[in-house]
Amino acid sequence: MAITWESVNEGDSLPELHKKPSLTQLVKYAAGSGDFNPLHHDYDFPQSKQLKSIIVHGRFKYASLGELVSNWLGHKGRIRKISCQYRGMDFPGQDIVCGGKVLRKSEESGEKIVELELWTQNAEGKKTTPGKAVVVFE
Amino acid sequence: MAEQFELSDEMRAQIGKQSPPWLYEVTTTSVRAFARGVGYTDLVYFDEDAAKAAGYRSLPAPPTYLGTPRFIPGRCSDTFSSPSEGLPQINHGLQGLLDGGTETEYFDSICAGDTLEVVQTLAGADVRSSKALGKMLIVSVETHYTNTASGKLVAIQRGQVIYY
Repeated sequence: MAITWESVNEGDSLPELHKKPSLTQLVKYAAGSGDFNPLHHDYDFPQSKQLKSIIVHGRFKYASLGELVSNWLGHKGRIRKISCQYRGMDFPGQDIVCGGKVLRKSEESGEKIVELELWTQNAEGKKTTPGKAVVVFE
Repeated sequence: MAEQFELSDEMRAQIGKQSPPWLYEVTTTSVRAFARGVGYTDLVYFDEDAAKAAGYRSLPAPPTYLGTPRFIPGRCSDTFSSPSEGLPQINHGLQGLLDGGTETEYFDSICAGDTLEVVQTLAGADVRSSKALGKMLIVSVETHYTNTASGKLVAIQRGQVIYY
């Protein structure tokens, strides 16, 4: 269901976006983003051996938070700012839940602005990628 | 893992330096490839009719996608595809690399068909300690994206890279 400015309330949760990226998905992300760091596809790479696994691109999680906001917004506005910190590693084949909530809704200089808190959460419930976004409604 | 690491004057002298401009392309194919890599199912990022029906000029760049650098062997990083020529760099000798965080600020729309001129500034460098990684060098980079057709600054991306 499409979101509208009128229907947004502070404290609202964004519909969760569930991810479980396979190695193949990470290879697709590598091709799409141009990030071919072997840490994201090669188990024999020294850094992968040290970590005992390859890891999900931090930027894949960042882009997934973008997808979460894009799906919620349904092109009824635009993202002005989106950020995240990479606090914990995620691994292929494991659940990543992208979530968010409305922190603030305001009208400034005639602009309809919504501030969002965002995160990705792993299977243990740890928020590995906390973030924020500012969205401007049309 | 580094036990000891300090910023030398030579390293500090790199702060504030800028890269030469490099062109990044946003094309229908590159938007689809990025959207597919993330796992989007929203047709607006794949189908030009759907994009136009949603009010876009062409396929919009999905959030956090700011175009693909023109890859030229020997002048770009073979690992990250980004331009390496004349890039301000800190010769730290550390082997480990992790992404710390990213912020993207948008000033205008970015759609397939756009060419962006990109300039990167080495904005800062800090040394911190962590229990897991030992001494870490945190490098802050600020990248400006300007639409070559309109001359408008369309986005700024700020990122931190951790070397350990």
